[in-house]
Amino acid sequence: MNLRTRKLLDRSFTALGFGSLVVMALALLVVIVPIAVKGIGAVFFTGTIEHRKMLSAEFHTGDPRELTSEAAASERYRANIYSMLSGFEGELDRMDPEKKAEYKNKYGQVKSSLQALLGPLPGEPAPMLTRFKYGQTRWDKAQEKLHDLLYETKWDTSNPNAMSTEYFVRRAESFKGTSLEKLFPYVEQNIEKMMLPKFTFYSGFITESSVDSHFFGGIWPEIQGTFFLAFGAMLFAFPLGVIAAIYFTEYAKPGFFNSMLRSANSTLAGVPSIVFGMFGLAFFINTLKVSDSKSVIAGSLTLAIMILPTIIRSAEEAILAVPKTYKEASLSLGSTKWNTIITVILPAALPGILTGGVISLGRAAGETAPIIFTAAVSVGSAIGLADVFNSPTPALSWNIYNLASEHEAAGELRHVQYGMVLALITVVLLLNLSAIILRARISKKLKG
Amino acid sequence: MTTDTLETPELMSAQKSTKDIYLPPARKKVTDGGKPHVVAREFSIYYGEFEAVKRVNAEIPSKYVTALIGPSGCGKSTFLRSINRMNDLIPTCHTTGALHFDNEDVYGKYTDEVLLRKKVGMVFQKPNPFPKSIFDNIAYGPRLHGINDRKKLMEIVERSLRKAALWDEVCDRLDKNALGLSGGQQQRLCVARTLAVEPEVLLLDEPTSALDPKATAKIEDLIQELRGSYTIMIVTHNMQQASRVSDYTMFFYEGVLVEHASTAQLFTNPKDSMTEDYITGRFS
Ligand SMILES: Nc1ncnc2c1ncn2[C@@H]1O[C@H](COP(=O)(O)OP(=O)(O)OP(=O)(O)O)[C@@H](O)[C@H]1O
Ligand SMILES: [Mg+2]
Repeated sequence: MNLRTRKLLDRSFTALGFGSLVVMALALLVVIVPIAVKGIGAVFFTGTIEHRKMLSAEFHTGDPRELTSEAAASERYRANIYSMLSGFEGELDRMDPEKKAEYKNKYGQVKSSLQALLGPLPGEPAPMLTRFKYGQTRWDKAQEKLHDLLYETKWDTSNPNAMSTEYFVRRAESFKGTSLEKLFPYVEQNIEKMMLPKFTFYSGFITESSVDSHFFGGIWPEIQGTFFLAFGAMLFAFPLGVIAAIYFTEYAKPGFFNSMLRSANSTLAGVPSIVFGMFGLAFFINTLKVSDSKSVIAGSLTLAIMILPTIIRSAEEAILAVPKTYKEASLSLGSTKWNTIITVILPAALPGILTGGVISLGRAAGETAPIIFTAAVSVGSAIGLADVFNSPTPALSWNIYNLASEHEAAGELRHVQYGMVLALITVVLLLNLSAIILRARISKKLKG
Repeated sequence: MTTDTLETPELMSAQKSTKDIYLPPARKKVTDGGKPHVVAREFSIYYGEFEAVKRVNAEIPSKYVTALIGPSGCGKSTFLRSINRMNDLIPTCHTTGALHFDNEDVYGKYTDEVLLRKKVGMVFQKPNPFPKSIFDNIAYGPRLHGINDRKKLMEIVERSLRKAALWDEVCDRLDKNALGLSGGQQQRLCVARTLAVEPEVLLLDEPTSALDPKATAKIEDLIQELRGSYTIMIVTHNMQQASRVSDYTMFFYEGVLVEHASTAQLFTNPKDSMTEDYITGRFS
């Protein structure tokens, strides 16, 4: 091969490698950026007076004096709506039965739209669920609800061969000639004065528990649960894995038994996580009875079994990568095997062992399937450290799934879902980052 | 002719007469030495099926310096490493025959190899400092033996480094990582580390192969200084070094101990023609 072709080959390989890295980075960007943008919206957003009312009533935060004056200002505009409503109700009573029946249904829709936007209307019985006690807390959602109030959604089914299409009819048209007609332009014009949107930094999304299954409040129980489960799993898996790796590399004699152990370890690494979940339920809860039902400890043990093979494998590789000469030097100075492992081999292998450990920690934090049957609940408050032996916990991974697919109002809570996803990604990234820093510092110390 | 003898031009010119190579230096008298310290009887070392050292019979006298010479791959390192059982680390390696240290069977069933290695220190062919500070490297052995007093450790570290002719170069950076030293400095550090344990026998596997002449001279001086208090075995490819530092010389060839005699005799009046060929560089 002559010099020119060799250089050409070199260059094309470089371009290929660089290109694939760029593609990967772009893919990552395409995934992360929308999640990050939407997730940040759970903490930074334009909040309405309803948000501040909710905070004051449910979490006792915010300035009550300011809230009172704000509420008074907003109430001045809202009062007009309420009087329009009662005016129309009087009008309705005076109508002949046929017309009354026609308006009644439509009026019901208007009232429920208004309720969703502004909160409970005066004269209505106090709602049982917290979610109905307040109007829209977020300005972006308020605008959606305003649209619902102004327009009636209808479906065009005239073409039987195509999917029906949606179209909007102004509700003002439906109430033409009645006293309610002027309600719609009034709300549209005065929505800001009624809702008082304000830029909001809601740190409570991270630090507070949720109220009424994630309608209000934050995701602290989920974050804490994720930490408990992941670190609990490491507590079991890391020492066990490192000891097993030491056994494999330093003590095991080659033979049938050990090759069986090794292949068992490799097989375990490839088992689907849902199988670990079932195993955890059957073994830790039903057989060993570590707890009466789901608990953090059962979930941690299940996750530990799942990440154990990875930890063993990476620790083994890290130990094997330690130069044999270190061991020779130590032994020749009259050190015992065990002392050599502790004082020379493990310190030198530590960066590699830690890397494997943190990758596993990230995996334990992100897995859903193993904790479904062993540890996770959809809604709950943050548990204390003493409760890990008998109480289950919410966790980010499970609650993301639950909120997006099982929750009765999944569509209303997109911001919470994205917030949780971003929180999970951040937790895992932070863990990895701390490992990288730790590893770099230890490596630097080793290299001098 | 092997490359070994090409290294030193003086040696080439000295090929005419073996007598010129050996210039016995003035040596202090060894008292209370000469007892057989390490004794091999029909001692063979195998790597799997391959017999790397073949039926060696030898007595290494205590407190004297014994040089091991021979062409590359003849089993010098293997023999040396068997004395403190470093070959245990190689799973395929096993021995037959007997090797005794201080009248104890080195490969006996109940021999404590950890205790043995405390008494038989070794400096390896390739420098192998720990990825720790210079101080911690030297203090590693003494700490193993229960010395934890910082002041006492400091004394040992300084004395060992001075003996290994390294103190002046590293005294102001004892807390720096030993891997930052040059190859020759690392080798002297390894010598110092071994000395810090104060073994009875010192096994040196080409300790000066990575050193410049000045450091080499210092190590040779050190050997002279230790002679009389330690039993020293040194592997070397440098005939002049062997003649300068050793009292006895063992010549290995393809795993066989061809000749073992006092250095004066082996270099001036070798019994075996192979020995003569090797030390004069007339080797094919
Ligand atoms: N770990 C090992 N496994 C198998 N064979 C080995 C091993 N180490 C050494 N040998 C073989 O044993 C023989 C003796 O090796 P040894 O290292 O003792 O030679 P040496 O005399 O020290 O050589 P040099 O002067 O090059 O250091 C050589 O043939 C070598 O190939
Ligand atoms: Mg060798």
